[in-house]
Amino acid sequence: MIEIRHLYKLLGTQMVLNDLSLTVRRGETKVIIGRSGAGKTVLLKNIVGLIRPDKGSIAINSVETTTLNEKEYDRLRMEIGLVFQGGALFDSMNVGENVGFVLNEFMSLDKKTVKDRVRDALGLVGLKDVEGMMPSQLSGGMRKRVSLARVLCMEPHIILYDEPTTGVDPITAAAINNLIVEMRDKLKVTSIVVTHDMNSAYQVADSIAMFYKGQIIADGSPDEIRNSKHPVIRQFINGEAQGPITDDESLIFGHVK
Amino acid sequence: MIEWASRIGVFANQWVRYIGQLTLLLVQTMVAALTPPFKWHRSLIQAQRIGPGTFVISALVGFFVGMIMALQMAYQMMQLSAELYIPNVIAVSLTRELTPVLTALIVAGRIGAGIAAEIGSMVVTEQVDALKAFAINPVEYLVVPRFVGLIIMLPVLTMLSDMIGIWGGYVICVFKLHISHDMFWKMTFHALTMKDILTGLVKTIFFGMIIAIVGCHQGLSVKGGADGVGKATTTAVVRSFILIVITDCFITFIFYFLLNI
Repeated sequence: MIEIRHLYKLLGTQMVLNDLSLTVRRGETKVIIGRSGAGKTVLLKNIVGLIRPDKGSIAINSVETTTLNEKEYDRLRMEIGLVFQGGALFDSMNVGENVGFVLNEFMSLDKKTVKDRVRDALGLVGLKDVEGMMPSQLSGGMRKRVSLARVLCMEPHIILYDEPTTGVDPITAAAINNLIVEMRDKLKVTSIVVTHDMNSAYQVADSIAMFYKGQIIADGSPDEIRNSKHPVIRQFINGEAQGPITDDESLIFGHVK
Repeated sequence: MIEWASRIGVFANQWVRYIGQLTLLLVQTMVAALTPPFKWHRSLIQAQRIGPGTFVISALVGFFVGMIMALQMAYQMMQLSAELYIPNVIAVSLTRELTPVLTALIVAGRIGAGIAAEIGSMVVTEQVDALKAFAINPVEYLVVPRFVGLIIMLPVLTMLSDMIGIWGGYVICVFKLHISHDMFWKMTFHALTMKDILTGLVKTIFFGMIIAIVGCHQGLSVKGGADGVGKATTTAVVRSFILIVITDCFITFIFYFLLNI
């Protein structure tokens, strides 16, 4: 279970997280939707401890993380997998080494076992015979899938997905959505999925939270969000160029003058 | 006047903070390097990347510096009819001072810049964040191998460069100044003591630390994209150069005035 209470984070002059509260129950898949650059990734990085909040509380499985030192946090991080938006693959290693990274670093497994687990993890994300390729030889979508395979290899209890279906083809996106659902149903993994892809959100979510101006302004089931009358949510889920979000940002765009 | 004083104050403050950050990274690196489990293979990989590629350049520079020294010495020594002492001066000045510093500057330019660029691009592409997310300490994983690799390889490169530099002096002394082969080596070994070689090598250990820590610090502090990586690379080289020369002066002072060696 992840419980975030009154979280604040100032980056430069912008209050990216502004009294944000959010609860993710054990085994739940929570989808966070919101504008690009609003701070959703910052929230994920706060959860995994890459960025420390200025104020507030983050409890993961009842462990308060904001007071942990790096060594203590590292023990917790072994249970959390973060799928980075851009993949964040280690470019000095090939795909096989990337996916097997955690196994090689922390577990004394023989080479064959590592190889088999790497192949299985890559198979789950629809990749085959790519172990010897370097990250620079992969497309954006393939990188993202390798990044997901790397996390699956860790067998974490919590997975944080940062835009897992952005930049991948529709078939692969559907497969990744299925995978997220199966991770929940079969392995009882707790997940937070940050996405703009509303199709994906409706498919994988147990609940959807709308992130706006550093806060969660709505949190409910996919149906509740779909039928919400809140103008900000309506503009976002319907993908309208004009509305309260763009009015607030003083933006007039999408038109030729 | 006040404006100038203020500028000097800001500059001094920046450098004090910078040296503080370097010291902190150095302490973290040394603690991580001395804490088991030891992952020697990572340091070996780094040593392999540093050594062979730099050897040719440092050998070439050493050889020509040896020749230049012999020629410059000849210019003065011939007026005193003391050409015979040229091998002594070449051997001592190369091993104690010139080769350690020149090799360190070459390595700072080639390897220090590479370290800053490599780690900087890892920061920009979130690879360093990924390491942290996998519960890997970036200092342990990225800094320690480069640190150990450099403090192993820089003395080795310097020793090789010492030898080749003396051969550079040999070429001028024997073929141009007509000092005999036997006399050249007799004078060289007469002047050169183990103390001279060791003082030079001790310096290179400190220079290796500087190159590794400055390069890694610049890389880990990168902000922004490719522009930030470029700036980090240039800054790493410039600051390494400055710190190497200052440290050289400081260590030479200690050797000469405090330890009498």
